[in-house]
Amino acid sequence: MAQAQSEIRYLTPLSVDNKKKKYCRFKRSGIKYIDYKDPEFLKKFLNEQGKILPRRITGTSLKFQRRVARAVKRARHLALLPFVTDLMK
Amino acid sequence: MNHYETVFILTPVLSDVQMKEAVEKFKTVLTDNGAAIVNEENWGLRKLAYPIDKKTTGFYTLIEFDAEPTIVAKLETAYRRDEKVIRFLTFRNNKFAAEYAAKRRSLKKAAKEAAAEAPAAEEAQTETNA
Repeated sequence: MAQAQSEIRYLTPLSVDNKKKKYCRFKRSGIKYIDYKDPEFLKKFLNEQGKILPRRITGTSLKFQRRVARAVKRARHLALLPFVTDLMK
Repeated sequence: MNHYETVFILTPVLSDVQMKEAVEKFKTVLTDNGAAIVNEENWGLRKLAYPIDKKTTGFYTLIEFDAEPTIVAKLETAYRRDEKVIRFLTFRNNKFAAEYAAKRRSLKKAAKEAAAEAPAAEEAQTETNA
C-alpha cells in the first residue's frame, strides 16, 4: 500500500525533452545580408530594453549573429533604433 | 574602386529648399572628387529613436556611390564642417551588401515603373468603360 502511494503514475508520458530544435533563420531562408535600414526586422533580435538577444535564445548561427550585431549597431547610430528604452514592443 | 553607402541626417529646422541644397552640396563634393553616384534616396522627415542635439526628427538621405577610398575622408570632413548635419554614417559595402543594394535598387525601379503604369492603365480602363 505504501509503495503504491510513493509511485506516481502519469496517464501520458512526461514531455521533458520535447523542445523544438532551434535553427538559424538566415541559413534556412538564404539571407546573406542583414539590412540596417529595416528597424522592424531588427527588432526581432532585441529584447524589451533594446538589447541584442543572445544566440542561445534566437538560435542564430555565429556568422549571422555578428552580422545582426553590426546591423543593429548601425541602426542605433542613425537613430533608427534606440540604444536604451523601456517596453519597445 | 569600392562600393560605398552613406547616410546623413539633416536638422529638421531647414526648409525643403535648404534641405535639397545641402544634399546637392554633398553630391557635388562626391562628384568633384571623382565618385560615381549610383543611387540616391530621400527618406524625408523621420522621427529619431532618441533625441540628438535636442531634436527629435531629422531629414534622412542615403547615397550609394562607387569611389576610391580617399574620398570617404573628404566627405566626412565636409559633414563635420557643416552644422546642418546632425549625424552621418559611411561604410564600404561588401559583396553581400552590394548584391542586396543592387536588388533593392531594381525593386525600387520596378515599383516606380508600376506606379507610373498604374494611372495609365486606369485611364485605359475608364476609356473602355465609357
